[in-house]
Amino acid sequence: MLLIRCPWCGDRAESEFSCGGEAGISRPLEPNALNNADWSDYLFNRTNTRGAHKELWNHAAGCRRWFEAERDTVSYVIKRTYKLGQAN
Amino acid sequence: MKKYSGFSLFRNALSHNLNWKQAWRKPEPKKHYDVIIVGGGGHGLATAYYLAKVHKIKNIAVVEKGWIGGGNTGRNTTIVRSNYLWTEASLFYEKSLKLWENLSQDLNYNVMFSQRGVFNLGHNLQDMRDIERRVSANRLNGIDAEVVNAAQIKAEIPLIDTSPDTRYPILGASLQRRGGVARHDAIAWGFARAADALGVDIIEQCEVTGIHREKGRVTGIDTTRGKINAPKIGVVVAGNASVLAKMVDLRLPIESHPLQAFVSEPMKPVLDTVVMSGAVHGYVSQSDKGELVIGAGVDSYIGYGQRGSFQTIEHTLEAIVQLFPMFSRVRLLRMWGGIVDVCPDACPIVSKTPVDGLYFNCGWGTGGFKATPGSGWAFAHTIANDHPHELNAPFSLERFTTGALIDEHGAAAVAH
Repeated sequence: MLLIRCPWCGDRAESEFSCGGEAGISRPLEPNALNNADWSDYLFNRTNTRGAHKELWNHAAGCRRWFEAERDTVSYVIKRTYKLGQAN
Repeated sequence: MKKYSGFSLFRNALSHNLNWKQAWRKPEPKKHYDVIIVGGGGHGLATAYYLAKVHKIKNIAVVEKGWIGGGNTGRNTTIVRSNYLWTEASLFYEKSLKLWENLSQDLNYNVMFSQRGVFNLGHNLQDMRDIERRVSANRLNGIDAEVVNAAQIKAEIPLIDTSPDTRYPILGASLQRRGGVARHDAIAWGFARAADALGVDIIEQCEVTGIHREKGRVTGIDTTRGKINAPKIGVVVAGNASVLAKMVDLRLPIESHPLQAFVSEPMKPVLDTVVMSGAVHGYVSQSDKGELVIGAGVDSYIGYGQRGSFQTIEHTLEAIVQLFPMFSRVRLLRMWGGIVDVCPDACPIVSKTPVDGLYFNCGWGTGGFKATPGSGWAFAHTIANDHPHELNAPFSLERFTTGALIDEHGAAAVAH
């Protein structure tokens, strides 16, 4: 089980969290301006990175807040976690 | 290829089994092939076999970064069935099931396909409505399916707990009697041996590091064993599909997750069928060696590490013990994780790509083993004719743009 550091609550067991997938995907501001291929890319396509991956997690059985994590998808090591919008 | 038979067993026994021939060659890669299949799992080897056998293409290579059948082919729970809800999916999986039924004879290799039946349990009213609907849909598509109640389940599986006072009581199930299990390694070895006999070069320890293109067409691949040219390349690499796609700047609607499974210590026969439950989320069968083969759902995060989290194991075993309280005292022997490529609609992609001569077969997610022969058969057709067969045409990459998804999530009774 992963030990995940919630930016608000500290280190907690993975079973308290749910994974929200790839981070940094924002809904297009003008969906009607998109063609089908671009809309499909937003909706379905993912980088599915092998290696360092930025992703969303939710502390579902805790403070219920979202945050981002930088995790290696091969070793599963979580390099760091941070509040949304505080990547740097 | 020396034919395997009862007589060959007898003759080799007389010579202390020292004279068996190796089942496939270990060739050096040639400079040029007509078709290269990337990925030496069951699906890749099946593709090469059907390319050679059905489409008479002689100059084929299968390149594999590890050893054949060392990925998900050797890391699954070997369940074979075709009772999917939607017509597109059920006909595709049914084609595969029909191939399974004659595969040992076709390959001259015992794949130990055992049609011992597959029960998909229902635990509440909505489950039972879905089961009725799916069984009706299956029958309309000519696929055997029946609805059974709790008493009938108990009669066929005496150890299962069908008492009404459990947390998730069993109300009934769908049953596909033609479903069952097969030997996971045998399917890789059988296809490898049969493909090799038709002249296919199976090149192990050969990892693809790049894909060459000229004017929108593939021309070859870079590998750890040198450059190999081919006008047609089929990629069948399951969890690593996105990694290969990235080499040609292609983005796929796929995420790779670890899927864990376990086997117990061997026991006397206690379970002669396959039991799956989507509601408590687990599935179990017993192998011919007597081990319980147990699986459940994927770990929630993207992972390429061929292992998962302990909580997922705990969750799976809770479900199995709920169904079979007696199994609480069984000890696990081995556990493993396979990296499954999950599509948003839980259906595969067997398709041409925007790059000419490049074909992808991926997205089988958690349910690819059952499809091994059918997937190879349809993918071979797609590569040979540069056009999909009508069975796999709905499973194109374009469906994510057109919106013609085939939503088998949940509809397929269990997380595969």
